[in-house]
Amino acid sequence: MNAPVQAPATSIGPPLWLLAEITYRCPLHCAFCYNPTDFAATTEELGTEDWLRVLREARAAGSVQCAFSGGEPLARDDLEVLVAEARRLGFYTNLLTSGVGLTEARAAALKEAGLDHIQLSFQDSTRELNDFLSHTRTFDLKRRVAAMIKANGWPMVMNCVIHRLNIDYIENIIDMAVELGAEYLELANSQYYSWALLNRDQLLPSREQIERAERITNERRQRYGDRIRIFFVVPDYYETRPKKCMNGWGSVFLTVTPDGTALPCHTAKMLPGLSFPNVREMGVREIWYDSEGFNRFRGDDWMQEPCRSCPEKEKDRGGCRCQAFMLAGDAAAPDPVCDKSSAHHVVLEAVERAQRPVQPVAKEAPLIFRGPAESRRLIEQGRKSLAVD
Amino acid sequence: MSEAASIVATAKPRVSARFRLQWEEAQQSWVLLYPEGMVKLNASAGEIMKRCDGSRSVDELVAELEQAFDTRGLHADVASFLDMARAQHWIEV
Ligand code: SF4
Ligand code: SF4
Repeated sequence: MNAPVQAPATSIGPPLWLLAEITYRCPLHCAFCYNPTDFAATTEELGTEDWLRVLREARAAGSVQCAFSGGEPLARDDLEVLVAEARRLGFYTNLLTSGVGLTEARAAALKEAGLDHIQLSFQDSTRELNDFLSHTRTFDLKRRVAAMIKANGWPMVMNCVIHRLNIDYIENIIDMAVELGAEYLELANSQYYSWALLNRDQLLPSREQIERAERITNERRQRYGDRIRIFFVVPDYYETRPKKCMNGWGSVFLTVTPDGTALPCHTAKMLPGLSFPNVREMGVREIWYDSEGFNRFRGDDWMQEPCRSCPEKEKDRGGCRCQAFMLAGDAAAPDPVCDKSSAHHVVLEAVERAQRPVQPVAKEAPLIFRGPAESRRLIEQGRKSLAVD
Repeated sequence: MSEAASIVATAKPRVSARFRLQWEEAQQSWVLLYPEGMVKLNASAGEIMKRCDGSRSVDELVAELEQAFDTRGLHADVASFLDMARAQHWIEV
């Protein structure tokens, strides 16, 4: 009677979480953007009918949480149609948005469609820095959107990606969230994939910065008590054990990208030698249980030493496959965040560099902002370096 | 938690507006859904929670459960579950 949460079964469970990345289009240009750097290569987005089918198939396979993300999901004008169908099917529907494109009319239509929750991402709380970090004037808009979320009775969840350039303003961010009526605030440090990996040296905070931010977050938690729940996530580069990435490969999360590729996590497409199915060609159930891509890192047959014989392997499942590939050059290696990894020095070196004094933004190396032109340039650059090899 | 006031027998608990309670066929269980999260309830927690709709008092809820499962003496267990559920904000009274 007093253990309401059951332990997960050991066999392959259903894809409880569907992450519907419905578009890569986005009016913002975040330097920490998690979309692939070659996103501009995606031209054929799934159509409305395809998405509706994916929702039905995923729900039938046991998905229950559905997040509409992107890009900026509001960039698609069929978002309301998709939300309505998801809600009708019994999904708990989440919208992950920067708020750009949310008008009173669209908010009302989304409410009507049964949207359960909006997570509003906030780049920062000071206007100049916010404009700089997102490259557009969005700050006032976030305020307006926050008011719309409240007015429609949605739970108010804010998310702010934290990094070297904004972490020293964390008190402003927290106070702002409280002022806007947020019930939850996620202060998650940038993870170093995609665009954030290109900008890692400019984004990774120093140890001192993190300690200060944690201290201030704790003070604010005391001050605000029940009014707001604040989650603070330290960059994994400062840990000695990796995160249990996606709660284990193919265990809970199913991502569908704008072109219909089904992935165990939104960055997995980068892994070489792996093929991932497309929802245009394969049903969700088959994708989840039978496809090579989803089975590749399930269980532990794929593990190498030191993971294979490690007593902690169930705790972290060897960490993140993408991070292993990016930093150790091998997707089946231990995540180099682990201090037992032979590539752990790569993480330590990045951390070491982050201890340099924090300088005004203008004095640091320039950031690479996410955008279609930049993406095409990176694709071109990649082709050239392949040609040279 | 021991210091928080216990739920009174005449109170009528209902699932809090912050959560959605629903039966999940694929998991064969009741779940509580909330922004980006889910709590999977075990069978007895599910039986209690699905009766928390604001129409029954705790006493009535206990009586119903005792009848449905042909048993007696559930009051203490149900009350302690409801106390926990209220502390987690799953229910309001
Ligand atoms: S991280 Fe920024 S640029 Fe990337 S999709 Fe989100 S809002 Fe757009
Ligand atoms: S060796 Fe592998 S399994 Fe063990 S703690 Fe490190 S990453 Fe996890």
